[in-house]
Amino acid sequence: MNGAHDMGGMMGFGPVRDEPEGCVFHAPWERRVFALTLATGAAGGWNIDQSRQARESLPPPDYLSKTYYEIWLAGLETLLAERGLVSSAELAAGRCLEPARAVERILGAGRVDAMIARGGPTLRPDGPPARLHTGQRVRARNMHPPGHTRLPRYVRGHCGVITALHGSHVFADASAAGDSATAQPLYTVRFSGRELWGEAADPGLSVSIEAFETYLEPADER
Amino acid sequence: MHAEDPSAEGKMAGAPPGAGAHHRHDADHDHEHDHEHPHDEAEAAIEARVRALEEILTQKGYVETAALDRLVETYETRIGPRNGAHVIARAWSDPAYRERLQSDATAAIAELGFGGRQGEHMVAVFNGPGVHNLVVCTLCSCYPWPVLGLPPVWYKSAPYRSRAVMDPRSVLAEFGCHPPQEAEIRVWDSTAEIRYLVVPERPAGTDGWTQEQLAALVTRNSMIGVSYALGPEAAS
Repeated sequence: MNGAHDMGGMMGFGPVRDEPEGCVFHAPWERRVFALTLATGAAGGWNIDQSRQARESLPPPDYLSKTYYEIWLAGLETLLAERGLVSSAELAAGRCLEPARAVERILGAGRVDAMIARGGPTLRPDGPPARLHTGQRVRARNMHPPGHTRLPRYVRGHCGVITALHGSHVFADASAAGDSATAQPLYTVRFSGRELWGEAADPGLSVSIEAFETYLEPADER
Repeated sequence: MHAEDPSAEGKMAGAPPGAGAHHRHDADHDHEHDHEHPHDEAEAAIEARVRALEEILTQKGYVETAALDRLVETYETRIGPRNGAHVIARAWSDPAYRERLQSDATAAIAELGFGGRQGEHMVAVFNGPGVHNLVVCTLCSCYPWPVLGLPPVWYKSAPYRSRAVMDPRSVLAEFGCHPPQEAEIRVWDSTAEIRYLVVPERPAGTDGWTQEQLAALVTRNSMIGVSYALGPEAAS
């Protein structure tokens, strides 16, 4: 969706402010939101694309005025309420009003290290073979799906060159809609700065993205 | 929360200069007093909301407190940019390792014991004379956790995410990094599944240094690409 999260090329946000290494969290509640989000994923059974979708679906004014972990908290509350794990009434009251639902599994303390070590690889060796190739000139489709997508607005309609093929991966757009079985070839596509931003761009600038196959069309197709 | 740490993370869109210095650790602390009370109230409200949510989730049996504590402890003490610094120091010292890092970064990083969540599919990009690499995630906050830990606030915030792809030199300048005018600037927007690690250039004057000594020169920011590795004079 064309939400406030898709920020590439926006202007007016001011300077980037560095912070020292070692500032992992900035308030005790941020630690808890981070951990609750990771741990509840086990019980809730949602995937990372659904988590991202829950966050980026915030109305743009909310998204832009919240801190990062406030956005995570809002996303987590949305996911919990959608699945009936914690009702909106319970969130409002701040306490349990209904019995617990049966959940797939609980993350035990003894399994945390293994969960982190395993991660969530998205590569699917049995996925469909690539139909595009390295060195090929492609155009990012001019598409505006209302759901989750990983194709940023600033490249849509622009031409670039495929510089790498990464095999087939779980297709994030479908995964956010609950279909984690569909996989697509994933490519790195390099765009010149001038193609994206016009003549004023630094001549030495290139910007590369990862693109699923259906985000792309051969550049000579239209 | 002022007792523990006076600087909550800044709003996504950043804050105008002086509008509450609570989002950073550096100067401008004078400004925060104007906003102290609303800030405290908002902080108290969100603390209470998070505490209530944790209680509900524990009471319902969906989460285990000890698991939450272990997650926090892991990313505060075990998984952070020192991991990545060891990867870089090894790549600077061992040409065969550097080649492996170039051809299959995930496997090369795993050799040193790092991998897993948010580093499942890694690519290393190498700075050199005339080439400067910079990593961003314009859509959210994708970041190579096993080697760099959790991202700093600025990496996740609107000022960085909006400008890094369009005008990276202005971002680099804010970090005091000025690649030569003729240099190629390669920006990597990690939009899907691949996570990037920048291999900065080895600083001059470090011949014969051990990997341990070299790792001390490798900063988090140099592995994102917003700065260079420290010079030998930094190791005093």
